[in-house]
Amino acid sequence: MTAPASRPAAARTPAGGYIGAPIPRREDARLLTGRGTFVDDLEMPGVAHAAMVRSPQAHARVRRIDTEAARALPGVLAIVTAEDIADIQKPWPARMPSPVPGTSVRHGVRHTLPVAKVRHAGEVVAVVVAESRALAEDARDLVEVEYEVLPVVATAAAALAPGASLVYEELGDNIAAHIIQRVGHPERAFASADHTLRETFRVMRGGSHSMEGRAVVARYDEALDSFTVWDATQAPHAIRAMLAYLFDLPEHRVRVIAPPDVGGGLGPKTSFYPEEALVCWLARRLRRPVKWIEDRLEHFMSAAQEREQVHTIEIAFTRDGALLALRDVFTHDVGMYGALIAPVITACTVPGPYRIPNIHSEFRAAYTNLPPTAAVRGAGRPQGVLVMERMMDRMAETLGLDPAEVRFRNLIPADAFPYPVGMVFRDGAPLTYDSGDYPELLRRALEIADYPRARREQAELRAQGRHRGIGVAICVEGVGLGPFEGAILRLDSRGRVVVTSGAPPQGQGYQTAFAQIAADMVGVRFEDVDVVTGDTGAIPYGIGSFASRVTANAGPAIAQAGGELRQKILAVAAHLLEAAAADLEIADGAVHVRGLPDRGVPLAQVARLGNGGVAFGMVMPGGLQVGLEASAYFAPSQAGYSASAHVCILDVDPDTGEVAIVRYVVGHDCGNVINPLIVEGQILGGVAHGLSNALYEEAFYDSEGQNLASSFLDYPLPSAREMPRIEMFHLTTPSPINPLGVKGAGEAGTLPVPAAVAGAVEDALRPFGVRVNRMPLNPARISDLIHRA
Amino acid sequence: MTETRAISLTVNGQPRGATVEMRTTLVDFLREQLRLTGTHVGCEQGVCGACTVLVDGEPVRGCLLLAVQADGARVETVEGLAPDLEHLTPLQAEFVRHHGVQCGFCTGGILMSLTASLRDNPRPTEAEIRDTLAGHLCRCTGYQGMVDAVLALVAAGQPAR
Repeated sequence: MTAPASRPAAARTPAGGYIGAPIPRREDARLLTGRGTFVDDLEMPGVAHAAMVRSPQAHARVRRIDTEAARALPGVLAIVTAEDIADIQKPWPARMPSPVPGTSVRHGVRHTLPVAKVRHAGEVVAVVVAESRALAEDARDLVEVEYEVLPVVATAAAALAPGASLVYEELGDNIAAHIIQRVGHPERAFASADHTLRETFRVMRGGSHSMEGRAVVARYDEALDSFTVWDATQAPHAIRAMLAYLFDLPEHRVRVIAPPDVGGGLGPKTSFYPEEALVCWLARRLRRPVKWIEDRLEHFMSAAQEREQVHTIEIAFTRDGALLALRDVFTHDVGMYGALIAPVITACTVPGPYRIPNIHSEFRAAYTNLPPTAAVRGAGRPQGVLVMERMMDRMAETLGLDPAEVRFRNLIPADAFPYPVGMVFRDGAPLTYDSGDYPELLRRALEIADYPRARREQAELRAQGRHRGIGVAICVEGVGLGPFEGAILRLDSRGRVVVTSGAPPQGQGYQTAFAQIAADMVGVRFEDVDVVTGDTGAIPYGIGSFASRVTANAGPAIAQAGGELRQKILAVAAHLLEAAAADLEIADGAVHVRGLPDRGVPLAQVARLGNGGVAFGMVMPGGLQVGLEASAYFAPSQAGYSASAHVCILDVDPDTGEVAIVRYVVGHDCGNVINPLIVEGQILGGVAHGLSNALYEEAFYDSEGQNLASSFLDYPLPSAREMPRIEMFHLTTPSPINPLGVKGAGEAGTLPVPAAVAGAVEDALRPFGVRVNRMPLNPARISDLIHRA
Repeated sequence: MTETRAISLTVNGQPRGATVEMRTTLVDFLREQLRLTGTHVGCEQGVCGACTVLVDGEPVRGCLLLAVQADGARVETVEGLAPDLEHLTPLQAEFVRHHGVQCGFCTGGILMSLTASLRDNPRPTEAEIRDTLAGHLCRCTGYQGMVDAVLALVAAGQPAR
């Protein structure tokens, strides 16, 4: 039994536009009916399957690889080691430079397959291709690799210790970066303050665990000496650049396509990985498409991770609770490879929504023999929020003030924007907040949570011996990072507007949100817009989906190109209608003379003339410009700054260490919203990720760099049963840095959750005098805290 | 290792016969041999639930059952719920309205579990809905849209399909 076909016209806002309307996603129907287009779902005739031979050792010289037994297995097509791929064994180019003037990032030299030694357990040392994945894995298990084990550094502290084993010998030590940023005169402020507090906090590593792992299929065309690569990536243009470099091809002979459906990304799919190069090399060697699909164990072993930091943070404040100075010194574990995105962002997230005149921010990032790092949803921000908000709670405790009150006394006021913090953000621009109203955001969050009543109830419960806690956290989030995103809009022969943009979605609903923007700017129906994303063959330049950046970069590009396309459409229609362009309007798939609905031409007819002329060989009439298309690239001058305020009310059972969340309120401001339905979905997912980090997920590595929690049984993610109902509201302070006034929302939900939960748990267990300085707060750790207190 | 066996089963109402390797899992058989790619593989550890299909009406992990074990069974996958994109089941339609899908990779398995659960208990409480969903992992949505979709279906007194 099925519901009747129901495709009503998309909702509009009261003002008549699509931007801002909660339009259900056009992606949903295919995904709900099993007709999605994930990499592993694509029909790929003749495809061969790759399985990776991975090092079980975290740091070892590769002595010998014996592939003889594996080669003898029927169905095996090739087994490849570093020697075989000498033509693409180039050093990978250096990644992001330091955005902070006067500092640098030190890059270890990496190759597609390790030269001389492996640097983490899970690193690929050889690859097997066979007629099926099962056969490839059979053969993989027969490949014998002899290792000479080297001493392992499995934490940043071990890597920074004197005499530590070196991950990259050529660097002379394991320091990837040592970056200091200063504002004002922190030493002077600390020396003369009424109060100072100092604490150490630890945040553990974690993975992204998109439900679809990494996935790539490559096809090589011999006649054209070109590759087509279908890749579950967040950044197809960056993958194209790396492949073109490694294979010494012009970029136009490498086409990378992120299919319309990618099963989550959450950060790690932004990076380039050896498997992407290997699959291409094998496709060229075998003259067959070659596919590699990451399994969950491989995701645990080799996909980029993030988050491990140890902070020592100090604050100085007056007896009235005014912050005078902040000193945050931390270490960041880079793993064996990684961009320094996360720690730079962490450093800049710590000051948050507070006026802090004096800051000393310093970190050392260390290479270790653990899997590579990149960004995981939040990208360094949750750690920064955690340490600052923990200190605000401790300051409240020291002064005998309410934690919310302490925050209000230090929030940047609504009339202080643009607000310069005095540091440099990860985008290389000053850390200057574009817009916001933090006091109002926190006030409303507390109002919805009925904060005074919650405090009264807490006191009553505590008198009964029950352990209720209330946590408050507020943060600022740098989003919408550049350098740019582009859009090409055109009117196709059917009279439909086609939007092409570079960054691919992984569930964020670009096909819907981009169509809303384009429809409003061109002036056509939402239903008359098609959206193409993530194909380097369709748009020459693009950056990718990360840093909560796409709406703030692609959005304004679509808007600008949409306005230009509208003018071109009206110019052609003006010729056809023998009217002035200024007198025309677009409605219901046609261009009309305003007020004369009978005097019009369908958009398809406009497209025929505008894109094809009158006929072969005939001059364009009326001096018309050819080509109903417009392209634009939008490059923001700096990041935008979203904000969140969370209130978490929970009960802790001191006997079991279990946490039960009673209420969870989220206030969020990401500027103007294109589609509230999608934004709320992004926030809800982010909160779930944050709760997972706060209460459940924890990676365990022993001192030999071995992952001791490499399945979902040992590394739990929350299910619907663990997730509380989230109460959410929006505040809108439009961003002045782009014409749509948008910011970013993809990671926002994640940020303040560990801080709010930590504050609530410490608050609940105040009668025990428990100190929460380490995450996550799983039942074992909470029990441990109570017993130690 | 590559020993094969002939099996016959019903998949989404169609009788199907095939020769499969003994070690081939049900989900690999459905995806690779029958090209029913709406069922996904998320962990191969029986935890995430993305590969859930109905075997003789009951939800099972397609990654934990061998194809030969489904010999003679009636198998239903997400492709069997709606005939096309225009005729969604009431449950699917509520997923659209309540934004219960983001990347959609885990969605097929979730719909199968919910469809079976709502057949047996058409008026579940929110806690019961969350219990059913607890057999699945989703990293995108926080589950709230899915829960709201089922609550709306129940409030409207509609069946899942």
